[in-house]
Amino acid sequence: MKGVESGLLDFSRLEMLAAGDSPVHRLDPRTKVLVTAAFLVFVVLHGKYDLAGLAPLALYPVAAMALSGLPAGYILGKLLLASPFVLLVGVWNPVLDRGILVTVGGLPISGGWISFASIVVRFALTLSAALILIATTGFDQVCRGLSRLYAPKAFVLQLLLLYRYIFVLAGEAARMVRAFRLRNLSDERPAMRTYAALLGSLLVRALDRAQRIHMAMLSRGFDGEIRMSRPMRLRLADAAWAAFWIAFFILVRRYDIPGLLGQIVIAH
Amino acid sequence: MHMADALLSPAVGASMWTVTAGLTVYCARKVKKDADERKAPLMGVLGAFIFAAQMINFSIPATGSSGHLGGGMILSILLGPYAAFLTIASVLTVQALFFADGGLLALGCNIFNLGFFPCFIAYPFIYKALTGSSPTRNRIVAAAILASAAGLLMGASGVILETVLSGISELPLGAFALLMLPIHLAIGLVEGLVTSAVVLFVWKARPEVLTLSAASRPLAGLSLRKLLAGFAAAAVLTGGILSWFASQNPDGLEWSMFHTSGHEELAAPADGLHRALAAFQEKLAFLPDYDFKKPEAVPAAPAPETAPSGPVVQPGTSVAGLVGAALTLALAGLAGLALGLRRRAAEIRR
Amino acid sequence: MSHHIVEVKDLHYTYPGETRKALSGVSFRILHGEAVGIVGANGAGKSTLLRHLNGYWAPREGSVRIGDYPVTPRTVKQVRRTVGMVFQDPDDQLFMPTVFDDVAFGPLNLGFSPEEVALRVTRALETVGAAHLAERPPHRLSGGEKRAVAVATVLSMTPDILVLDEPTSNLDPRARRKVIELLHGFVHTRIVATHDLDMVLALCPRTIVMREGRVEADGPTLDIFNDAELLDRCHLEKPFSMQACPVCSRATLPARQP
Ligand SMILES: Nc1ncnc2c1ncn2[C@@H]1O[C@H](COP(=O)(O)OP(=O)(O)OP(=O)(O)O)[C@@H](O)[C@H]1O
Ligand SMILES: [Mg+2]
Repeated sequence: MKGVESGLLDFSRLEMLAAGDSPVHRLDPRTKVLVTAAFLVFVVLHGKYDLAGLAPLALYPVAAMALSGLPAGYILGKLLLASPFVLLVGVWNPVLDRGILVTVGGLPISGGWISFASIVVRFALTLSAALILIATTGFDQVCRGLSRLYAPKAFVLQLLLLYRYIFVLAGEAARMVRAFRLRNLSDERPAMRTYAALLGSLLVRALDRAQRIHMAMLSRGFDGEIRMSRPMRLRLADAAWAAFWIAFFILVRRYDIPGLLGQIVIAH
Repeated sequence: MHMADALLSPAVGASMWTVTAGLTVYCARKVKKDADERKAPLMGVLGAFIFAAQMINFSIPATGSSGHLGGGMILSILLGPYAAFLTIASVLTVQALFFADGGLLALGCNIFNLGFFPCFIAYPFIYKALTGSSPTRNRIVAAAILASAAGLLMGASGVILETVLSGISELPLGAFALLMLPIHLAIGLVEGLVTSAVVLFVWKARPEVLTLSAASRPLAGLSLRKLLAGFAAAAVLTGGILSWFASQNPDGLEWSMFHTSGHEELAAPADGLHRALAAFQEKLAFLPDYDFKKPEAVPAAPAPETAPSGPVVQPGTSVAGLVGAALTLALAGLAGLALGLRRRAAEIRR
Repeated sequence: MSHHIVEVKDLHYTYPGETRKALSGVSFRILHGEAVGIVGANGAGKSTLLRHLNGYWAPREGSVRIGDYPVTPRTVKQVRRTVGMVFQDPDDQLFMPTVFDDVAFGPLNLGFSPEEVALRVTRALETVGAAHLAERPPHRLSGGEKRAVAVATVLSMTPDILVLDEPTSNLDPRARRKVIELLHGFVHTRIVATHDLDMVLALCPRTIVMREGRVEADGPTLDIFNDAELLDRCHLEKPFSMQACPVCSRATLPARQP
């Protein structure tokens, strides 16, 4: 994975984006979670050769990014970083599936290439939707939304506590790695034995910290249940956002808009 | 390795989501019933530990590559399987959201692959079985290495099966397994080494932590057979319902042929389940004959350089599909540009 | 009004697995509204003592009374309501996703209605001057802000007694000054364990000195800080503000080694 500092930077960047203000940011987290889920389902419902059918769905991430003022370059950069596995698996399709599916201007295009392209497009669509969700909502709001959508409470709390202490522990880890590098100028990465000792002491500190947190919780009346009270309100904008997108997803699923468009263009 | 949304079919994605959601609810109940309120902060902090640990790499001697700590096994050792499962699930969720690792639909698969196998198979049946009630240094090392490697291999097999059953990738089971398993065996052994070293470190520094979790019976009150049967039933049911549903609707190959070509080539098979099974069988075959893979749909073209011998697709219409797609994308981009400009204008006015 | 009194009698404590006592026979009595500094070298037993004051450990040997209640497993709930505990590392105290949630954690556990909770949160945050931080996540706060919010998390439970462990450690001079001013303004009974003797001088008329798990001295702060022999014995040093000013009395300082 990435270095500790750059990993933390990723969090900070997304958190800063989520702290922004826009019509999309202002939507209720539940709305955004549900629309994202619907979007993902409609993307994967398309068969693997259905490259054309996927195209209209791109409107959702593009519009959401534009309306919320998210920097497209940043999102694309993150997608690129995440792509190796999918590319590695997908790139076999053109090799293995050579049946010609389409001929464009005399150039035969095999099913493998089409399905490979569709994998890449799916990848971009699904992951950008997830990033848009977190970058316009913020992690703790997503969690609150999930808990209102009946996710198990213990799990939601676990997510929140985990997120809170990532920053503390990653900070500790970064300090330890820095100390290691100061003493060890020759090698960038620790060898396994040092690495295990490094992790071991990080782990022991984590265990101690957990005990102190527990103490702090107890001293404020903790009885095994963590309570959070924050009102959440669905507004007209939420209904409109959800209704628009779900109607749009269904529409492009029912009608072959790219096909129609293409025919119109070619006819002229 | 993370399963990805892009390689996932709706049936597989939904089945794995159902199973994972069920497991999560089940584990949440178990942890709650455990009524050990120290667990809440401990799980949170240990999840963060796994996260931080995975941000640090170490060099694997003589290979020039690097590895990092896997989470499931060490969490199981420290927390027991239920709390460990929830913790690893939370780590994967954060990774999916922030680092785009895999994606949200594939999260069901990923939590299952990296959580279920280490926590509910490798830990109780390998680690616990080998260390027993009186762990020694050597036993801990051997057990941790074996259990980590086995857990990771099972997880990798999960990725392979899910990918092949989804059918988006053309990779056949055998080839994919050959591609994935040896690498993961190596990674698993290295992860096991690290895990055992870290466990030994804690064993020395805080023996009470390990004796505490060693004393707890790993799967108290759980009948694994019942659990597995339940999950299998859930998976088969969701998968079955979805593929039936799919067969009632133009979808998959036919739907996509219709889209790219404007023709509906296929008569829907009479029986959805039958078709699903046939597909399954075909996928399981070691290196099936690609040229005959979709004989009804696509005329076999042995090599790309030979001209297509009588294309089923009328060039004009298929081009229409692709041109239309490009146009649609451009339109979507334009819409985004317009929305963005409007937004910026509104901001400036403010 | 006996319920703000803190009374510790012959308290002993040994950490599990240790042979040496961390506390061996600690006794004192702190009255309503007093501000008391607890000082002593590293490992003297300050933190161990404080953990007994809000019932994290019920005394096994000796007794601790908070107001009308002896600290026992049965009274611990009431004790924790009365004694607000601010821990050494704010990262341990602030475990919720936002400052608001953190300050609301205690009141929610006490069973107040959401409106009452919101009111208490606002009031506590205003008291420490952190109202503008309510929606921030704790990991995005500065050290001083964290400390202020940590104090607010216990103020929202309206305790009568505030117990603070090293409230000024890791703070820059201005943040430290702010915390001292904040604590100065409170009418609560305050018990502050610290190495910051200047803070004790500014804040606490009374000081308890600990050494190796015992109370070595207990009396007016000025008397204690003027007892050079006592300070030396307990690995302490006279607060800077009581030492001769190094700038205006440079002549009296030993010449620097080249
Ligand atoms: N968790 C623990 N397990 C075992 N011994 C401990 C533990 N915590 C503290 N001790 C021991 O108890 C004694 C008192 O420690 P305590 O933390 O109360 O000191 P302190 O006065 O708060 O020191 P400091 O100024 O460094 O915070 C020390 O000898 C310490 O080593
Ligand atoms: Mg201390």
